[in-house]
Amino acid sequence: MDGSKSPTLPDDATLTEAGLAPAARGRVLLLACGALAREILALIRANGWEHVDLACLPAILHNTPEKIPQAVREAVERHRGAYQAIHLVYADCGTGGRLAALCEELGIEMVPGPHCYSFFEGNEIFAARAEDEFTAFYLTDFLVRQFDAFVWKPLGLDRHPELRDAYFGHYEKLVYLAQTDDPALDAKARECAARLGLAYERRFTGYGDLARELQAWLGE
Amino acid sequence: MAEEDDELILSELDDEELVQQMHDDLYDGLKEEIEEGVRILLERGWEPYKVLTEALVGGMKIVGDDFRDGILFVPEVLLAANAMKAGMAILKPLLAETGAPKVGKMVIGTVKGDIHDIGKNLVAMMMEGAGFEVIDLGINNPVENYLEALEREEADILGMSALLTTTMPYMKVVIDALVEKGIRDNYIVLVGGAPLNEEFGRAIGADAYCRDAAVAVETAKQFIARKHNQMAAG
Repeated sequence: MDGSKSPTLPDDATLTEAGLAPAARGRVLLLACGALAREILALIRANGWEHVDLACLPAILHNTPEKIPQAVREAVERHRGAYQAIHLVYADCGTGGRLAALCEELGIEMVPGPHCYSFFEGNEIFAARAEDEFTAFYLTDFLVRQFDAFVWKPLGLDRHPELRDAYFGHYEKLVYLAQTDDPALDAKARECAARLGLAYERRFTGYGDLARELQAWLGE
Repeated sequence: MAEEDDELILSELDDEELVQQMHDDLYDGLKEEIEEGVRILLERGWEPYKVLTEALVGGMKIVGDDFRDGILFVPEVLLAANAMKAGMAILKPLLAETGAPKVGKMVIGTVKGDIHDIGKNLVAMMMEGAGFEVIDLGINNPVENYLEALEREEADILGMSALLTTTMPYMKVVIDALVEKGIRDNYIVLVGGAPLNEEFGRAIGADAYCRDAAVAVETAKQFIARKHNQMAAG
């Protein structure tokens, strides 16, 4: 799966803070969260979807979901004239249904499910597990790589490690839902779990419902 | 912290300066300084309720306003809350002794399947600071927990919290159970949590959605006042 390294893929910090501008080619635009850029580019390449372009919003919007709908609206308005179709590669992502309502208003499709870690695992499987696993804290490949930017620093744990249990005291384990087989990421995720004082579990998901959804949108 | 702050001796400040300094210390999350300030004010003969409202709640209001306005973030609010909690721990037994006003009673808890309690804890603390008695059911509460506590405590208000879009619909399960038992109108139902909004609150049959702890306190006070007026009129 690691044909994902693309010359057009920015580094993770850029995807977190700035996102990705489209290459201005193709007829269909995937408007996505920056946390999904690597996986989407890998799927575009693996499937030979030459007609597809990718634009990403800053992944750090994950931490302020109330800002996602407006950012999506502005991006759709900005890019709409240049493409025949736009698909939104976001799940609900903590927007409480507001993103789905916006998609309906704009007439575009989005990925079903509550979060990326749900559709990577497969929404049905994730939902079935959720009843028994609500004390789990989830990370994906991207979130493992960007753990400090998404978790440690925004929660102030770099400055106030004593707050850890206020945030994570009721959690029991960190579940790393792995898109790729990467021993270095496995080791880093294990270290993240230790820093949060949680047990560790790794589950390989591949691209899950993301691959299926993109195939349904873009496949011949 | 500037060096001059390190040299500040709280007991040498007059009342007004000390309260101002406590607001600053609360803002900076300085737990020990808050404890010291509370003790000094009590030694000077301040009523515990006055210490609570003027020094602690007044300071926390500034923290809440700056959080709402995007000036402060969750870590700073948590540190401030920890400092306030330490001050309240000193005051709580004294408040009971001195007959501080009791505005009403609230049962509060995070809904089933959800373990997030930072917002809920802040609401509970600010409600206590405003004179409400708070029964905190903690996290992951099934409908039975709420019903049992509301009845046992003869509560006025039910507060429910959820952080997840997957768990917030459970609030409707609880409200529907109240309706089914014919006791919905006995309680003021307030809901809150990051993914909620006013529309959701209305749709599930809550009395109000509260976007933060300060709003929860103000909303609770308004509903309690309305309830009292209705009782007086009736």
